[in-house]
Amino acid sequence: MSKPTDYTSVMGRKAEVMKASVGIDFSEFESGSIAFDYEKMMKETGYTLEEMKEIQGKTGVGNTPIIELRNLTALARKMAPAGKGARIFIKDEAANPSSSFKARRAANAVYHAKKLGYKGVIAATSGNYGAAVASQAAMAGLKCIVVQECYDSNGVGQPEIIEKARKCEALGAEVVQLTVGPELFYKFLLLLEETGYFNASLYTPFGIAGVETLGYELAEQFRSQEGRDPDYVVCTQAGGGNLTGTARGLKKAGANSVVVGASVDLTGLHMASDKDFNRKSFTTGHTGFGVPFSVWPDRSDVPRSAARPLRYMDRYLTVTQGSVFYITECLATLEGMEKGPAGNTALTAAFALAQELDEDKIIVVQETEYTGAGKHVQPQLDFAKDNGIDVRFGDPKDEVPGKNIILPSHPSLIKATDQDMDRMRKSLIKTALKTYTKNPTDEDYKFLAEETKKDEAWVREAVSEILKTL
Amino acid sequence: MIKKGEWVRIHKNILDASGRAPQVPDDTKQVPLEMWVKGFLLEDAEMGDEVTVETVTGRHETGKLIEVNPYYTHSFGKFVPELLQIDKQVREILFGGDK
Repeated sequence: MSKPTDYTSVMGRKAEVMKASVGIDFSEFESGSIAFDYEKMMKETGYTLEEMKEIQGKTGVGNTPIIELRNLTALARKMAPAGKGARIFIKDEAANPSSSFKARRAANAVYHAKKLGYKGVIAATSGNYGAAVASQAAMAGLKCIVVQECYDSNGVGQPEIIEKARKCEALGAEVVQLTVGPELFYKFLLLLEETGYFNASLYTPFGIAGVETLGYELAEQFRSQEGRDPDYVVCTQAGGGNLTGTARGLKKAGANSVVVGASVDLTGLHMASDKDFNRKSFTTGHTGFGVPFSVWPDRSDVPRSAARPLRYMDRYLTVTQGSVFYITECLATLEGMEKGPAGNTALTAAFALAQELDEDKIIVVQETEYTGAGKHVQPQLDFAKDNGIDVRFGDPKDEVPGKNIILPSHPSLIKATDQDMDRMRKSLIKTALKTYTKNPTDEDYKFLAEETKKDEAWVREAVSEILKTL
Repeated sequence: MIKKGEWVRIHKNILDASGRAPQVPDDTKQVPLEMWVKGFLLEDAEMGDEVTVETVTGRHETGKLIEVNPYYTHSFGKFVPELLQIDKQVREILFGGDK
């Protein structure tokens, strides 16, 4: 225990700590260049769909209902041109034991930890995943530590994160709360070293494979209920695991639904800034995570992330904070359900998307989460006002994250903005070239084509274009 | 005096401002990285003392004693009148209100 604890020394031990705490030797899948064998990694370290269903079934995870939002659909149709306004459904993932879809990820990670003989699990998360790991650890009889970024330097906590801390503790976990900063990872490594617990990372193959059941169930449920697959599946996009796992599950079921990512637009706010921390009203599902984790998935807490959203994403839509609050309120007042916040970002995008599509099309928002003190729309808006954010009605296009929240003065003003995905794909390629090599191999080109959901010819052209700038 | 065995909350700076990660933005670099942990007090102590606690996982952490029997005060927030306006508006559009 006499190892140095300064930031640089601890980060220098990252590779060895990671290897001991996730039980995966990632080097087995490396090519030595840009490419690595993603499918081999998913196959050899993950679980089959049948195994996952069984693991999750034993802890009450999965088989959540789908609910058609008839009134919200009717409202969208009032805003849409004649004949437009697709049917909007949600998959009520709040029905899972820990009250979010994260239970699926945690079920597999905790099962795996127990199988390998670890005495406890650690997760670095300020979100629902902490509660999910705590819930599964409680059922498995394992100890659990959740490390959270929770407060600014004045000791003011994000109400939503404080609620998550409460829930984690209620489920028997130890919660380590920190102020803002990426050094959360530093404390996380120290805790892994100290305890020898399993790193229940959000980004391991077992975690992501755990979400595949969600996509698979969706296809099965829609075939049985509506006689066909959903046309569009909208996933709130942050770290990318939700979208990746869902899309993989849909593919395994043979469904060809269009997969859409949705994030709250927090452009201009720095995620590691002490001052910006409490000036945002969304702690996840926003562009501050959604964009960087799309364009470079390997920034996560494992060497190779199993969450690789650009492989599966067909469109990436952003919505404003005020629009999400408005739709959250609509869900309560028109559909009689208090949910969120997480799934409501995707729901807001779905509300706008529905107006582009014909009435017979089906859009599914594939998650909901529980609401409660701190994370309900009222404490969120109240907190924003207390932090000097100007909350008012107007046109959401005038919203400036960190300065104001514009509640749409009419629901027709709720729009979703398509992000330039080719630009994101090129950003991924650029980072790959800068990180590994400026002379990609044939295998690298094939890999980058898979990474960006494009063909090799497009990738070759993009690479030669990018190389001119490097 | 706070007795040994009481459930308490401690606070500790785990990185000084000077020891923070190189990539953090300037405002964050000016403040330490702080930590809060809860556990059972291992020795009798006074508020503000440097103490050691045992957490629910059995780990020991030291820090300044700041709270005994800590509890949550997060809430459903103060009244936000805008929410009622949204309710009224969408019900009017969809169901025609009282008309």
